Amino acid sequence: MHLSIALVLSALLFGAGVYGVLVRRNAVALLMAVELMLNAANLDLIAFDAWFKDRLHAGQTFALFVVVIAAAEVGVGLAIVLALFRLRDSVSVDEATALADRDPVRRPVEQTR
Amino acid sequence: MTGADVVFGLLGIVCLAAALLVVTARNVIHAALWLVVCFGALAGCYLVLTAEFVAWVQVLIYIGAVVVLMLFGAMLTRAPIGRPQSLDSTNRPVAALAGVATAGVLVTLVVSAFKGAYVDVHHTQIGDGHVLGTAVFRYFVLAFEVASVLLLAALVGAIVLTRQGRD
Repeated sequence: MHLSIALVLSALLFGAGVYGVLVRRNAVALLMAVELMLNAANLDLIAFDAWFKDRLHAGQTFALFVVVIAAAEVGVGLAIVLALFRLRDSVSVDEATALADRDPVRRPVEQTR
Repeated sequence: MTGADVVFGLLGIVCLAAALLVVTARNVIHAALWLVVCFGALAGCYLVLTAEFVAWVQVLIYIGAVVVLMLFGAMLTRAPIGRPQSLDSTNRPVAALAGVATAGVLVTLVVSAFKGAYVDVHHTQIGDGHVLGTAVFRYFVLAFEVASVLLLAALVGAIVLTRQGRD
């Protein structure tokens, strides 16, 4: 089969993931978009593994490691989301601005001084 | 245009449609269920690309564990199930522009770079459990150990982050 079909599918999946990360406000939905981007990278790794006929199968092995790291990321990410929900009663990432430089929505600048 | 092309194309269409539904669904639970469809079609794509073991790992870990974890997270945070418009922020046109631009640049790049590349799926060594096990435990064993330490650290970190009491 043609390699470019797999690469185009991977690029489109990555674009969908970028759109999801930028548009989602709910933190759980945002994590799903991150998973889409990780899977796009996995598809690239496996397609190039098959294309190179790699005898070490480095592409497929790296895809396995990406899966492991994605599982760890989802576990820690959901723990952070749950801690945020317990603190703020909301999982909206637009409202989690405690580390922002300034918060023009909630507090005027002079109050934060 | 071979049979592998046709099967991969059909699976890719299913996968891409499900991915677009994941990022546009109004309901977190529906998005998680579309994620199952997307990952399942992607596992089929891996099978076409002779990555048999990775396809089963995809089914077991992504569909079996990650999506279930997402559903738990959505339910524990009492995700808005009925209310529309609360899942997305207001910068949708900018986000759509960024997503289309990223996809456009990547598609242009890979099509121009790998125009005539051809994967001979019939004469490739199948990446089954034996082959992948040999690769992991003979050549990538250090990365395997590092991954195990990483998983332990993630486990401890998740427990510490979600602990209720102070003591």
